[in-house]
Amino acid sequence: MTETTSPKTRRGGFRLQLEPRLSEPSRWFPAAVSLGAIFVALVLGGIVIAFAGGDPFRSYAHIARASFGSLGVISDTIVKATPIILTALACSVAFRMKLWNIGAEGQFIMGAFGASAIVLTPILPAETPRWLFVPVMMLAGMLGGALWGFIPGYLKAKFNVNEIISSLMLNYIAIAWINYWIFGVWSEGGFQMSAKFPDNAWLPRLLDYAESIPAFRGLTTHAGLLIGILAAFVVWLVIYRSRWGYEIRLIGDNPRAANYAGINIARNVIFVMMLSGALAGLGGMSEVTGVVHRLQTSPIAAGYGFTGIIVAWLAKLHPAVVILVSILFGALLLAGREIQPSGVPKMIQGIILVSLIASDFLLRYRVRLIRTEVEG
Amino acid sequence: MISDLFSVTVLVGILASGIRLATPYLYAAIGETFGQRSGVLNLGVEGQMLLGAFAAFYVALKTGNLGLAVFVALLVGAVMGLAMAFVTVNLHAQQGISGIGFYLFGLGLSDLLFQKMLGTVETVKGFPKVDIPFLSDIPGLGEIFFSQSILVYGAYLLVPVAWFVLNKTTLGLKIRSVGENPEAADSLGVSVAGIRYFTITLGGTLSGLAGASLSIGLLNVFQQNMTSGLGFIAVALVYFGGWRPWGVLGGALLFSMVNALQLWIQVLGIPIPSDIAVMMPYVLTILVLVASVSRVRAPSALTKSFERDE
Repeated sequence: MTETTSPKTRRGGFRLQLEPRLSEPSRWFPAAVSLGAIFVALVLGGIVIAFAGGDPFRSYAHIARASFGSLGVISDTIVKATPIILTALACSVAFRMKLWNIGAEGQFIMGAFGASAIVLTPILPAETPRWLFVPVMMLAGMLGGALWGFIPGYLKAKFNVNEIISSLMLNYIAIAWINYWIFGVWSEGGFQMSAKFPDNAWLPRLLDYAESIPAFRGLTTHAGLLIGILAAFVVWLVIYRSRWGYEIRLIGDNPRAANYAGINIARNVIFVMMLSGALAGLGGMSEVTGVVHRLQTSPIAAGYGFTGIIVAWLAKLHPAVVILVSILFGALLLAGREIQPSGVPKMIQGIILVSLIASDFLLRYRVRLIRTEVEG
Repeated sequence: MISDLFSVTVLVGILASGIRLATPYLYAAIGETFGQRSGVLNLGVEGQMLLGAFAAFYVALKTGNLGLAVFVALLVGAVMGLAMAFVTVNLHAQQGISGIGFYLFGLGLSDLLFQKMLGTVETVKGFPKVDIPFLSDIPGLGEIFFSQSILVYGAYLLVPVAWFVLNKTTLGLKIRSVGENPEAADSLGVSVAGIRYFTITLGGTLSGLAGASLSIGLLNVFQQNMTSGLGFIAVALVYFGGWRPWGVLGGALLFSMVNALQLWIQVLGIPIPSDIAVMMPYVLTILVLVASVSRVRAPSALTKSFERDE
């Protein structure tokens, strides 16, 4: 049968058609889509700012100036980025196995608690040298975070309890837990904070070396950055270069195949949640010993765990990219401290996350513009 | 001091505030129940509540019209719900993560609007208590159950309505089938996308109302991050209640009673550290999840996006 003239003549136009991608898109494509998503998010955020009576261009220009405008603020940006690097690594490890650890916030807090306990209990005396103090506090921080990751991991492995809900609840428990200590036993004269840590329990900062290198004067970048970079390298080794990492990736991509291959999924759920928690806990340790220098709720429970989720996603779970993206988000948070109104950075983070997740759609589908021919 | 806790007036006070405090949980969690029964986990409830709370508060403050305030809160919640539905249904987003995005968005935007449009914490005249004739005169019980605001009555009324819709109507059957087996539902001609759009938008709308019930019903103020985790607990309550409205009601009451008790413990100065008391509802949620996992099964398609093979 030959096609005859259709009774309805349509005018020429375009139609969108979606097709699942059969082949992997080229290497640059995901990056381009992510950048596009951020651009869309900034435009959407700008519209919201404008509606709320602000000037989006000035807000964004302010963010750029306040975070990269001078050596001093670049250093501050890095300080803000440091905890994010570690929480984002934590999330990326768990997400790689499709474990939705939303509890990096709580694990971060428990890491800060663990590290603080070494000084405040005190487990080590105040005159302990720094070379001993710092590693012990790192271990304690990782332990605190790992414990907080172990709980949802164990509950998931043994009882199939949804890790999203349990890790979320543990965030609130962690906040109440440190509040209990700093209001009570460790309270500094009744204030809601502990006493300041002795100097040798602080992570070294650039400004400590200002006497020999004058350019470092006033720069607060601390050794937590090194911890973060080292952790990123270790995570890369584990995920991409080790047998365990292969198992993690296989479980994430195809749990059924992993099961057939004899991989113990339940054990991996527990271990990966503990690794994830330990990384976030290390972030808490770095923040409390590098920046805050005492246990205090508001600067510790400041939402780094949630920002880590976004950064992990934006970095496509790749450790090296995590570092770069963390610096950008550090800038956003830093500028947010001064920018008025203060809700802007959180809101923009939210929009970026949603548009990023939505943009994954473009990686899985090909959108084609099809010309509808003039018929008849 | 401990004996104070058990005097009748105190007990009535605790129970009455427990009944009242369950309101935001109920609205948000019943809305979330609809979403999850259709296979969608909306983790953005907290953000939707914050925006609803702000919208209701602002309108009530500027116009004094509480009905309009509730309407605007519903509208704001619905718009947030629609956005979530678009991202979830059309763009197949990973639900656990995109919900966090909506949470941060609502948290940031409500803070931004608060500072731009209000600046300081003010109070507003919220919904008054409505005494139900005769019933409110019953000693004790009257104060507990029948002397509450209209938003409180509405929340409890929602439970049987939700139960009826989910279990006794065609719409409910469609919602459940989409949540259990979207492929089968689709082959029977049920629009999976349509149903999910409906449930997610309904969930957003009710979350907006939950926010309003806080800012112009229970507390009559708006503050940054005033929900402080309430929306996330509402999500947990759906698991807690085994995806059934009556179960959700039980969970909401348990939570709000623990909250009320904890407030009274602080008021009466009973020496239980308040931070330990604050932890209890969260610990309880986890324990109940552990206990209930073997008993009730989640909707099979929960968090799974549906793609039609064509």
